[in-house]
Amino acid sequence: MKLIACTALTAIVSATAAFAAGDGTCAAGKTLTEGTLTIATGNPAYYPWVMNDAPESGEGFEAAVAYAIAEKMGFGKNNVTWVRTSFDEAIQPGAKNFDFNMQQYSITPEREEMVDFSLPYYTSAMAVLTTQNVVDAGAQATLDSLKGLKWGAVATTTAIPMLNEVIQPSDEPLLYNDNADVNAAIMAGQIDAALYDLPTALYLSAVVVEGGALLGQFPPDQSESPDQFGLLMEDGSALRECVDAAITELTESGELAAIEAQWLSEATGVPVIK
Amino acid sequence: MDETSLQKGVAERSATTPTRREVYEAGIRRRSNRIALISTVSVVLALFVLVPLAPGWEAVQRAFFNGRVFTATFPGLLEAFLLNVMIFAWSAPLIAITGLAIALCRDARAPALFPLRLFGIAYTDIFRGLPVVLVIYIIGFGIPGLGLPRPWNSPYIWGTLALVLVYSAYVAEVIRSGIDSIHHSQRAAAASLGLSDRDTMRYVVLPQAIRNVVPANMNLFIALQKDVALLSFIGPVEIFRQAGVYKSLYANFTPYVGAALIFLALTIPATRYADYLMNKQNKART
Amino acid sequence: MTAKLSLRGVRKRFDDHEVCKGIDLDIAEGEMVCLIGASGSGKSTLLRCMNLLEPIDDGSIWLDGTDISEPGLDPQPVRQQIGIVFQSYNLFPHMTAAENVMLAPRRVRGLSREDLRPRVTQLFTRFGLGERMDHYPDQLSGGQQQRVAIIRALAMEPQIMLFDEITSALDPELVGEVLDVLRDLRKQGMTMVLATHEMGFARELADKVCFLDAGRILEQGPPETLFSNPSEPRTKAFLARVL
Repeated sequence: MKLIACTALTAIVSATAAFAAGDGTCAAGKTLTEGTLTIATGNPAYYPWVMNDAPESGEGFEAAVAYAIAEKMGFGKNNVTWVRTSFDEAIQPGAKNFDFNMQQYSITPEREEMVDFSLPYYTSAMAVLTTQNVVDAGAQATLDSLKGLKWGAVATTTAIPMLNEVIQPSDEPLLYNDNADVNAAIMAGQIDAALYDLPTALYLSAVVVEGGALLGQFPPDQSESPDQFGLLMEDGSALRECVDAAITELTESGELAAIEAQWLSEATGVPVIK
Repeated sequence: MDETSLQKGVAERSATTPTRREVYEAGIRRRSNRIALISTVSVVLALFVLVPLAPGWEAVQRAFFNGRVFTATFPGLLEAFLLNVMIFAWSAPLIAITGLAIALCRDARAPALFPLRLFGIAYTDIFRGLPVVLVIYIIGFGIPGLGLPRPWNSPYIWGTLALVLVYSAYVAEVIRSGIDSIHHSQRAAAASLGLSDRDTMRYVVLPQAIRNVVPANMNLFIALQKDVALLSFIGPVEIFRQAGVYKSLYANFTPYVGAALIFLALTIPATRYADYLMNKQNKART
Repeated sequence: MTAKLSLRGVRKRFDDHEVCKGIDLDIAEGEMVCLIGASGSGKSTLLRCMNLLEPIDDGSIWLDGTDISEPGLDPQPVRQQIGIVFQSYNLFPHMTAAENVMLAPRRVRGLSREDLRPRVTQLFTRFGLGERMDHYPDQLSGGQQQRVAIIRALAMEPQIMLFDEITSALDPELVGEVLDVLRDLRKQGMTMVLATHEMGFARELADKVCFLDAGRILEQGPPETLFSNPSEPRTKAFLARVL
């Protein structure tokens, strides 16, 4: 009896595997390793994009979206492998070690000259992370008030053009290597505020930054070029059309919105900057 | 004098009929020049012909030597470089003064000044033993984290302090080696004239010591010019950081190449000058 | 006769090597004493002990009846009264000849360059260096450098001058110009002690010649006696070698 069950299970698994190998699907022959989809994320990957720095669990917004896209492309959960890259590794010339790279990469025309982006899987509002002390000192969710603050941001993000073009602070912003350094600068009082995508800002203000507060958000529809996240692929990637098809399918079916609702907090409580 | 007419005589003779040795040396010289030329040309050819033949060359060229990105970012990089120059300009004198003070601490001979000497030793040991970037992080975030009000928590102040601490330790060692290099007979001569230890140091030993170590210190300051970029870790947007911002905006490494060119434009002449001084000094010694 | 400078039982050792093994010597005011002897016999060390460049281990040194070898005594006032000139000149290479000469009077006696200039110019002129005052040491010949070193010591107006083999490093043709300076000083009545290999010069000018051997003064006396009729066999042997 046991033996029969085992055999049956094996049969099912191999059947799935055969299906997952993507034979006859769009992605056939286009992935790094035939039959496997290799996805890159950050090192470490941050909440709420990936929970507990474990993308294999499928928990967290980007991890969940990744598996959903993989499934639409014909790769089962067992046929997805994860690698880690920095931003620089993602854009360096030469052979890539991933099929697509997913770590809140904003789509910009300049970047598209060098690499390929998928259709956006998330449109982010930018939000102002600050501390209660700064709020108590009179900082408000108005552009005028924001201009007078001392600003910081992570140097590799599209927050910087946004800062310089929309907020236009009177003092030169200070820029840092990563979230941790920005937080250190906020806590040392060297900067008043930092610009992040809303989910990251929500997380940092609630969990990481002592006395952290969210001053407000710039909703995506308000900025000239909304911050849209896309999957990054090698320039001229053959896989792009398959990825785009999967994302379109997920968007139209409402599955993407459902994943977003599950993993990204509702941001309705954050005031909108005027 | 007869000496000049004698020299002139030699010059005239060699102008008309070269000596056997001159003929021989001229031959050797022509041969070496020929070999140097051939080997240089082949290396350059290899670089400019073979490298572009590599399969990934086009991709590398697009990512590192992208003309469009270069023109778009170079002016911004130059502007950011002004900040490097400024940080350097206010750090260098502070480093020179602190380095000299520490060197003098280490040279203090009076027993009452032993703590000073101990301090000098500990200082140079510790700060030469730490990576610059670590000191910048610890001091640049750590001290302002104690709760200093603005503007006293500025990363410029504490980042500069970190640079001064590390580099003055090196400068102190260089100056000390300069002090040691002054022959003891100079101290003896000063003492025999009734000069105090202090005056001996100030008027006799230090002026010579510092002159002897100018080239070595030049090299340190060239290194400092490069390490100013490390201040970007704690916020200031100098050229290295600005290049990083451009890199991420354009997903292209060309801005780093631009930054490298700007650095080289400054450091190569400085390095050549330091070498020139060093050679001059070596010649003067022999 | 009271001695200007007296040494009593002076001993000096470097590590295990005793260089001066109990030296007694009296130098009268205006006297010129020459120390002769083989290299390593202790002449230079003895001179350096006299102006306290080397502290002595035992014995005493008296200047005008004062014990200047008292341990812990500030040596600087003594050094101002006893000048020394070294074999290798030891000029300060980063200063002009005039600056070399003026440094100590300026710093130790607080005189200004303006105060010093006339006297210094006079010294340079007297020793034939009037044109060389603003030259750096490396622009001067050995003989010129040594004369500057002598002027530098004289500028402190010492009562006694010590000369440590000051012609040994010079090319033979330059020795004369330096010895002329010493003759000049002798005429002025300067009290002088010379460690020297110039036997002819010692014979010509010295009031007293001391023969040093292995850290002791083996024999001393007026030059005619010592050179012509030495009593010690070692003195004879030494003179036979050098004369």
